[in-house]
Amino acid sequence: MALPIDPIIFDILTWLFILPGAVLLIIGGIGMITMPDVFARMHPAGVIDTLGCELILVGLMFQAGLTIVTVKLALILAFIFFTSPTATHALARACLNAGVTPRVDEEKSAALSRGGRP
Amino acid sequence: MLHAISLSIGLAALWWLLSGYTIPLILAFGAASVALVVFIAHRMDVVDHEGHPIQVTWRWLTYLPWLGKEIVMANIDVVKAVLSPKGRVHTSVLRTKATQKTELGHVIYANSITLTPGTVTLAVEDGVMIVHALTRGAADGLKSGEMDRRCTAVEGAPGEDR
Repeated sequence: MALPIDPIIFDILTWLFILPGAVLLIIGGIGMITMPDVFARMHPAGVIDTLGCELILVGLMFQAGLTIVTVKLALILAFIFFTSPTATHALARACLNAGVTPRVDEEKSAALSRGGRP
Repeated sequence: MLHAISLSIGLAALWWLLSGYTIPLILAFGAASVALVVFIAHRMDVVDHEGHPIQVTWRWLTYLPWLGKEIVMANIDVVKAVLSPKGRVHTSVLRTKATQKTELGHVIYANSITLTPGTVTLAVEDGVMIVHALTRGAADGLKSGEMDRRCTAVEGAPGEDR
């Protein structure tokens, strides 16, 4: 849709959102490899599917303009927002049920042995 | 009934936004699919205050900006921990109280915890969340209990507008 604004503004906005988003994806990827155990690796993955993916989708919205594509991008954003914590939680439960215990730097493992496994 | 109507409106809006068709025949197919899905959801007994919680919508919308701010702060924290793990990564498993009365409230709280990077909910039992935290900051932020308070506020008083 044609807006009375110079379209270059939207290109600049897109770059401002997509570049940090891409950097966050790379950092999240590095974190998923360098973190000490499976539970710690879930946190950098959380960076990817919260801020990283949101910034990229918002950046793409500026390219789509006021069209139905933007609405679809917003829907993708909303669905990722609701499903990603559920997926992370399912992963954590699966690890606990398989007998993987989190490596903790602090002696609080008593909390887990009491309630970590059903 | 109210929940079924709200679910129908939501599904119809979703169908139309994703398809963008205005041909009457296709629209009729869309209406039929919406009716079928609402019927199946009704048969499955998931069209209630829990499966389709319209009662928290307004309060939830006012909670979102705060949650968004928390997510950005937590992201910065985790990014720092990834880039310089020495002294920052301090994994711990902690128990934190969940003061919500309903299961829906627990879901909102547990999902909020997991959605903020740096903390992942491992289990929920009897009003206590078992949380894995990546950094000291993430663990301390959770212990302050502000997210718990705000989630309880979103849930509202039990029994209200059911």
